[in-house]
Amino acid sequence: MAASKQQHIDTLQEIRSLMERSSRFISLSGLSGIFAGIWALAGATAAYFYLDIMPFDQNTFYYSIIDQGRHRGINILQFFVIDALIVLVGALGSGVYFSTRRAKRRGQKIWDPVTRRLLVELAIPLFAGGLFCLTLLYHDALVFVAPATLVFYGLALVNASKYTLPDIRLLGISEIVLGLIAMLRIGNGLECWAAGFGLLHIIYGAMMYYKYERNVTRS
Amino acid sequence: MKHISTQLNKAFDHRIRLGLMSVLMVNDWVDFNTLKELLDATDGNLASHIKALEAENYIEVKKQFIGRRPNTSYAATELGKKAFNDHLDALEQLLKQRD
Repeated sequence: MAASKQQHIDTLQEIRSLMERSSRFISLSGLSGIFAGIWALAGATAAYFYLDIMPFDQNTFYYSIIDQGRHRGINILQFFVIDALIVLVGALGSGVYFSTRRAKRRGQKIWDPVTRRLLVELAIPLFAGGLFCLTLLYHDALVFVAPATLVFYGLALVNASKYTLPDIRLLGISEIVLGLIAMLRIGNGLECWAAGFGLLHIIYGAMMYYKYERNVTRS
Repeated sequence: MKHISTQLNKAFDHRIRLGLMSVLMVNDWVDFNTLKELLDATDGNLASHIKALEAENYIEVKKQFIGRRPNTSYAATELGKKAFNDHLDALEQLLKQRD
């Protein structure tokens, strides 16, 4: 009887694994999060150096410098756009790299219907957020850009979390809360942005790596 | 058709059929090639198991063209979902009994 019981357990486990593999993108690597966070912190650091301010400096608000139009001979808006683009490309690049590597190690395909669904669900709030931020720039409401990126990014994560690891949902909610806090503490927009895209990514990435990959990667 | 909860359903008495139902329980429509990859089955093998489940009215088939290529997708019917849940309950019961 013991053998047959083991068979049933195996069957149930295989059913569970198939349900998960066929409906969720489980190759997402915690390392992607950690590296995305590092890119974001580097981007924020560059902004602080460029603007010549310190985090939590209550005397000079970052947006009051931005209002001057030019700083150190560079158009400030241009600086921020380029800085943000470098962070975005870096974060996406390391995200794709580590997740593809994880999928390969586990013998899974990276590009399948689940991945496509995940990306579509992620893209809808992100595109809306991107356009929203462009209209903020258009209306010279630059102070709201950092909080808006956090809120829309958080909504995108919550929306996409149905198709990937459940931890992403909590990360999304954290980003939304942080974005709303940033709306109340307008002067600390950069700090909130660095905390949301930098620290939260590193914390959640490390948590997920510890939870799902620590043992697998060593083999 | 009513299954007693401790009785395993013979229609699911195969790894591929169990796998097919597992995938279709959590997805709306899944095409043939995706199923093939997920279940690691050959064309003929998968097709014959699909036929068997179709004959029981546990899954439904949708044929359409994507561009010029035919594409066949499958979904679990309400009957199939109920039967599969009963099957899982029965498996659970069997595990409990032998504890």
